[in-house]
Amino acid sequence: MIDTNVHLFQWPFRRLVGDDPAELVARLRQKGVTQAWAGSFEALLCRDVAGVNLRLAAACREQGKDFLVPFGVVNPKSPDWEEDLRRCHEVHRMPGIRLYPNYHGYTLADPACEKLLSLAANRNLIVQIARSMEDIRTQFPLMVVQPVDPAPLLDLLPRLPGLRLMLLNRGGWADDANPNIAKIKKADNVYFDIAMNEGVGGLARLIEETSPDRVVFGSHYPFFYFESALLKVREAGLTASQKAALTEGNARRLLAGK
Amino acid sequence: MKGMAAGLIAARIPVSAQEPAASASAEKDFRIWDVHSHLEALPGDTPEERMDILVRDMDRLGIERLILSQGFGQYEQYATPEQIRIENDRIMRAVKHAPTKAYGSLFLNPRNGAACLDEFDRCIRDGPMVMIGELETDVRCNSPLLDPIVERATAMGVPILQHTWTVTLGDGPDESKPSDVAELAARHPEAKLICGHTGGNWELGIRAIRDSKNVWAGIAGSDPTSGFTEMAVRELGAERVVYGSDVGGRSFASQIAKVIGAEIPDEAKRLILGGNLRRLLEPVLKAKGLAS
Repeated sequence: MIDTNVHLFQWPFRRLVGDDPAELVARLRQKGVTQAWAGSFEALLCRDVAGVNLRLAAACREQGKDFLVPFGVVNPKSPDWEEDLRRCHEVHRMPGIRLYPNYHGYTLADPACEKLLSLAANRNLIVQIARSMEDIRTQFPLMVVQPVDPAPLLDLLPRLPGLRLMLLNRGGWADDANPNIAKIKKADNVYFDIAMNEGVGGLARLIEETSPDRVVFGSHYPFFYFESALLKVREAGLTASQKAALTEGNARRLLAGK
Repeated sequence: MKGMAAGLIAARIPVSAQEPAASASAEKDFRIWDVHSHLEALPGDTPEERMDILVRDMDRLGIERLILSQGFGQYEQYATPEQIRIENDRIMRAVKHAPTKAYGSLFLNPRNGAACLDEFDRCIRDGPMVMIGELETDVRCNSPLLDPIVERATAMGVPILQHTWTVTLGDGPDESKPSDVAELAARHPEAKLICGHTGGNWELGIRAIRDSKNVWAGIAGSDPTSGFTEMAVRELGAERVVYGSDVGGRSFASQIAKVIGAEIPDEAKRLILGGNLRRLLEPVLKAKGLAS
């Protein structure tokens, strides 16, 4: 099982189990995970992005080959961000990057964002965009962060045919009623994880509205209980082939660039 | 057996063929009862059709019984007595359709005054329902409007589930907070009150009800954020924490995960997933001759 949505280190507002990388890996292995795509909680607030990515890459290396796959952060509103992208790709050999536009103060309509997505696509990097990290109703009152508005993707995606994009934590209240999400679900190069997918029949509905090939297992662990994503797979009543694609096949194919 | 599969098997949640095969022993059976479920946000035009959807997912995850309320959620706030009756009738139809899978819980708008007591008598005293709530956002529950309802419920040993949220950006004017439930509980020390959602911001909600021994923390209907159940058990004791899902807007999966995934003893999980609720309902179930 491949988990495409985990984070290392400490969440700023609460201590979580598994916020030590070795402990996280031990727990993930016990839960049956064979590979986890890891971002860093430090990416949300630390301004030394290069340092964040250095620590992320080192921690992933220390936990054994190919188990933790690092997804570094790039903030296109920071000086010299193109160098961060280069280092993610060429120095750290990351297969992708994870973006937090809402924590970094830009929208997907920002020209800098399009430039970043374009350069990432040119490097054949997977781009994960975390639409949110936490229900806005429960955020710390001095730091309320609205979910990322996906609407600009409608214009961006046709201009970036080579982009491989994954929307993490795309759920949230009333998300299924968002017409932009409904249209984005149809794009062949956009993938969705299931961490914040909700409702009775929610996962089966997501697969039906997108494609069995573009929904991947992602838990948002350790911020969420891992078992939430796992039990969603059980609750969905998927066929064996759908389940295999969701829990491993789709992510493996995406990582291989196919 | 250790790890994930053991937890799921203990909860009677079917494991896949790829995971270790084992059967649940009786003493490990968690017997999952869900205190917080609705027929809203589900496909189907009738209560029976919607109940069938819920039963399908209950069976996939090994859930034994639901406490079902609020009908289709069509009249969630400021419902008239007539609208309340429509929703409660929907619940009673669903329960009649699947009597081994659900019990009904009474929906009320406390602003309707005497009509609330009439509906209590119709659906609980003289009908099949076994609980009150989820009471919604019609009035903050520390209001005196709740007193006659709580008195009637307490006299019959009927628990009450009250919606609460403490929203970071501000609550609605009639949205109850956990502290409101604590206030109501202090006025009615014999009442059995379940603090629905534990205020959403559970780190605050748990503390707000900690000293109210007749208030239970309902963990339904919020994101499956790690640490929720562990903190509730630490501060309240496992005996005062009750599992619920808030389906159909939520999945069963994300909400059961709060208990199955929590780092607490199996005995605590057993209490939270069903033992506590059955104990809360015991008087009314016994009086009605219903299974527990």
